[in-house]
Amino acid sequence: MSYPTQFRYSKDHEWIEVKGDVATVGITDYAQSELGDVVFVEMPAVGTQVVTGKSFGSVESVKAVSDIYAPASGEVVEANGGLKDKPEAINTDPHGTGWLIKMKLANPAEVAALMDAAAYETYIAEKKKEASA
Amino acid sequence: MSERIKKATRQTNQNEGLIFEKSSPGKRAFELPPLDVPAADPAKALGEAHRRGGVEGFPEVSEIEVIRHFTRLSTWNYAIDLGMYPLGSCTMKYNPRVNEFVARLNGIATEHPYQPQELSQGCLKVLQLLEKCLLEITGMDAITLQPAAGAQGELTGLLLIRAHHTKNGNPRKKVLIPDSAHGTNPATAVIAGYEVENIKSNAEGQVDLAHLREQVTPDVAALMLTNPSTLGIFEQQIPQIAEVLHAKGALLYMDGANMNALAGITKPGDLGVDVMHLNLHKTFSTPHGGGGPGAGPVAMKKILEPYLPVPVLAEKEGGRLALDFQRKDSIGRVRAFVGNFGVLVRALAYILAYGPGLRQATEDAVMNANYIRKGLEDAFDLPYTKPSMHEVVFSDAIQKKNGVSTMDIAKRLIDYGFHPYTTAFPLIVPGALMIEPTESESIEELDLFIDAMKSIALEATETPDLVKTAPHTTRVRRLDEVGAARKPILRWKPSGKRSEAAD
Repeated sequence: MSYPTQFRYSKDHEWIEVKGDVATVGITDYAQSELGDVVFVEMPAVGTQVVTGKSFGSVESVKAVSDIYAPASGEVVEANGGLKDKPEAINTDPHGTGWLIKMKLANPAEVAALMDAAAYETYIAEKKKEASA
Repeated sequence: MSERIKKATRQTNQNEGLIFEKSSPGKRAFELPPLDVPAADPAKALGEAHRRGGVEGFPEVSEIEVIRHFTRLSTWNYAIDLGMYPLGSCTMKYNPRVNEFVARLNGIATEHPYQPQELSQGCLKVLQLLEKCLLEITGMDAITLQPAAGAQGELTGLLLIRAHHTKNGNPRKKVLIPDSAHGTNPATAVIAGYEVENIKSNAEGQVDLAHLREQVTPDVAALMLTNPSTLGIFEQQIPQIAEVLHAKGALLYMDGANMNALAGITKPGDLGVDVMHLNLHKTFSTPHGGGGPGAGPVAMKKILEPYLPVPVLAEKEGGRLALDFQRKDSIGRVRAFVGNFGVLVRALAYILAYGPGLRQATEDAVMNANYIRKGLEDAFDLPYTKPSMHEVVFSDAIQKKNGVSTMDIAKRLIDYGFHPYTTAFPLIVPGALMIEPTESESIEELDLFIDAMKSIALEATETPDLVKTAPHTTRVRRLDEVGAARKPILRWKPSGKRSEAAD
């Protein structure tokens, strides 16, 4: 799966896409492949303030429960309700219908500091090399 | 013809239905004697509101149907009494029968927690002796036997730490936890009101001391160290770790769930540990398949003693034992009565049966794990090469090349007659195979296990599909674990509504 060039990526494997003053956040294809089949997603309520680098929810797969870390700070304006009945969307379409939250950014400049698609692909190539070494 | 076959297959213990499905109206497993007192109208005597009607859906079956149903189900179980149970991290050791014998003695099994303390001196003596044994084994100063399991022991330990810091004016904010710790540690810290900060292990699976020095700031309350870690590796720098923490007024908590690798050989109290829990249901051989009950005593150094949960066992004049509730700095009660007494009795029986031989139990557990490591190190990838303690962690890196994962190998192991090892944990090893034989296994059983694992490694190369579709010899084949987790059916419904439940 390719990594959309309009997204920015965090070291914790979240993606963020900014449209106007609202950003959409999800986990990357690499993250979902490492987690395995997702069975449950725990998400913040609308109005929650999320902080860069801090956990705002969790994804439960058959292997483990993993925290999701905010790639930027802001206020949650919408959580993806569709994941309640179809958590598998995170596996099948992580960069699309598997999105997690939409948020109003506190500081849009934070996003620019994250990796672009090319840098992220280099980053995960390193990770994969480490794992097979 | 087909009707006869159907009947025959229904008779085998391989096709046992639910007890609800066996129900037929009016059938019962009891017969009351004729009434020898005047009949009373329950509605009149108790009031109509208190009269019980029928219980909807309650199975109506005969005695032999109940007996057969549960006996058949019991034969589907896998247990340590049937064969090796190398479920890493869980320490599934044999539960000696002498433990059960002692726990069933009249003077112990029939005691009641509300009995006056004067009439419970024997039971209190059992607790006192167990406390003394555990303090000797851990090298600590004080102990509570109350917590019902390891995780509750952890919480008790962190509440003690919190009470200590609060008494000194500031509960502090953070708890440091290495990435090779038990998964319950971070959960415990959060429940105790702390923020968790992760410590990354170095390439050898040890704590990076230089990095730790930077991480221990004045708002760090404690570090929770699982030792040996979930990699089955002993953290050798534990005295230095304790020093770094103590210099900043922080405390060292040790997750003692892996104490079966240390008991009789080294004492955490001598290594700078301030507080720790023990899992009596693991290290001290009490049964814990199916979720318990367990026991998670917490042992501590003197500085934490004032905060012990109440009641505290105290020796009064003349050697009389009493439960002391008057302790002003106590964190309070963490469990009803004195904890899971029956479990505590069994653990004491184990300790006394072994005596100084506990050291050999520990040595055998470590030797068995290393025997397996040696036997399998050519067939499976070993990501951390430091000496193994009571368990060994391989990865599926070699088998992954043929698309065979740790989960597939574990399922195939069932076909060879073994309980699977622990899969996919610890998380710092991708595709982990976590194997813990315990001291209970003989060299013959270990050889059988090694042969089975080697055979599966070979299958993973030659016939990978055979492994990927395992198990093949069980009552049911591979279950849809993802489907079961995503859409669990939590309640049985009568057949008329069945399809709806299964949707």
